[in-house]
Amino acid sequence: MLSQMEAFLERVEQCNTLGELNQVVAGLRDVFQVNHVVYHSVNSDGEPYALATYDADWAEHYEKEELYRIDPVVLSAFQRFNPYSWKSLSWEKKPARRFFLEAMDGGVGNQGVSVPIRGPHGEFSLFSLSHTCSDEEWSKFLSHWMSDLLLIGHYLHSAVRVLENMDEITEYVSLSPRETDALRLLGAGMNRGRAAEFLKISEHTLRVYIESARFKLGAANTTHAVAKAMAQGLISI
Amino acid sequence: MLHYLYADELNSKPVLKNAMFKDRATQFAERLGWDVVVDAYGEERDEYDKMNPLYVIWQRPDGSHGGSMRALPTTARCMTNDHFKDITGGEIKSPLIWESTRFCLGPCADKDASQISAAIMLGGAEIGLKFGLKHAVGVFDARMVRIYRALGWSPEILGSSGGGRNRISVGLWEFSEEIRLRLCAKAGVAPELSALWIDQAFGMPRMTKVDALVG
Repeated sequence: MLSQMEAFLERVEQCNTLGELNQVVAGLRDVFQVNHVVYHSVNSDGEPYALATYDADWAEHYEKEELYRIDPVVLSAFQRFNPYSWKSLSWEKKPARRFFLEAMDGGVGNQGVSVPIRGPHGEFSLFSLSHTCSDEEWSKFLSHWMSDLLLIGHYLHSAVRVLENMDEITEYVSLSPRETDALRLLGAGMNRGRAAEFLKISEHTLRVYIESARFKLGAANTTHAVAKAMAQGLISI
Repeated sequence: MLHYLYADELNSKPVLKNAMFKDRATQFAERLGWDVVVDAYGEERDEYDKMNPLYVIWQRPDGSHGGSMRALPTTARCMTNDHFKDITGGEIKSPLIWESTRFCLGPCADKDASQISAAIMLGGAEIGLKFGLKHAVGVFDARMVRIYRALGWSPEILGSSGGGRNRISVGLWEFSEEIRLRLCAKAGVAPELSALWIDQAFGMPRMTKVDALVG
């Protein structure tokens, strides 16, 4: 997955428009081999919209009927921040049950998972995958990919914010002194053990600083993070 | 048992809810002397309780509040990044790191403190493993260091301020199945039971109904 994640991030980075980003989202469908992939911004400030692979008929129906008002998947995003399997939601109420059947007809699938994303400005969004398979298969799929889904959802969110000019790129990338130190030393060719020793912290702690920096930079791995930090003038070696 | 409740679900357990906020007042205001706000009912709350956080609550067999903690993602506003940046050396942000704060024990004998702490931390470990997280970041006082060590899940300390009993530290805990099992043993909870509790809270699929719909 690492190389796929890298390739994914590279494609996200090259996107200059939301339309291009939509293509990247569509590509994830092949990576995960699922029915559909959706990124949904559900905040009220700014234009709400979705990057989705759903059939046009279903997408149109959903929007026209304002189904997000009754969609338990969307409603849950306001209340939770843990990723959730769609079957764990409450489908007992009549409108929700009717909606579920319509969604099945619309080709969404009988399984789904959503990652709620809470951003630094109080904004919400939702990254979801849907599929048709048994509960056992879906459980296995989720435990295997959960961390990657969290990362991808958050990276998409950052990319959308930047493309919509809601966030300045610099606002997302502000490395702490320790993150900067860690990347600089690794960039200079030190291994983790030596870099940690040099900074008088444990290797474990060093890993966390790198991980945090990697996320802020939207980088797939340490090498990528160093390269991006250099390119943006955040560190020099 | 362990309860996993978002703030907007706390009203389903009113006794536990009130006891948790009261015990927090006792621990943080009275015992530790932290600068926290206690209301007229003797309950301690802060701004992060308003952000619909997730609480892990250990309920004793007699129904009372054994202890609790509060979880929030680090990608949005959170206490560690808002207030302890000077200790951590900058914001810690990752979709794979959630913060744990307001770790609190109800009134208990010293000999029980370790078992209850194990149970609360077990709740944290279950969350981490269930949601694909890598680490928890948390703020803790000097008294907890010994307890964490006894439980075999000491944090990696990112930084500290103050000294002696007033020392406050920020630390990182890494999630693993091994840790989960160790905490189960220390808390006296069967691993299967612990797994059941979190599944019931977050995702034991209510599939019978949905599948019946599909036919």
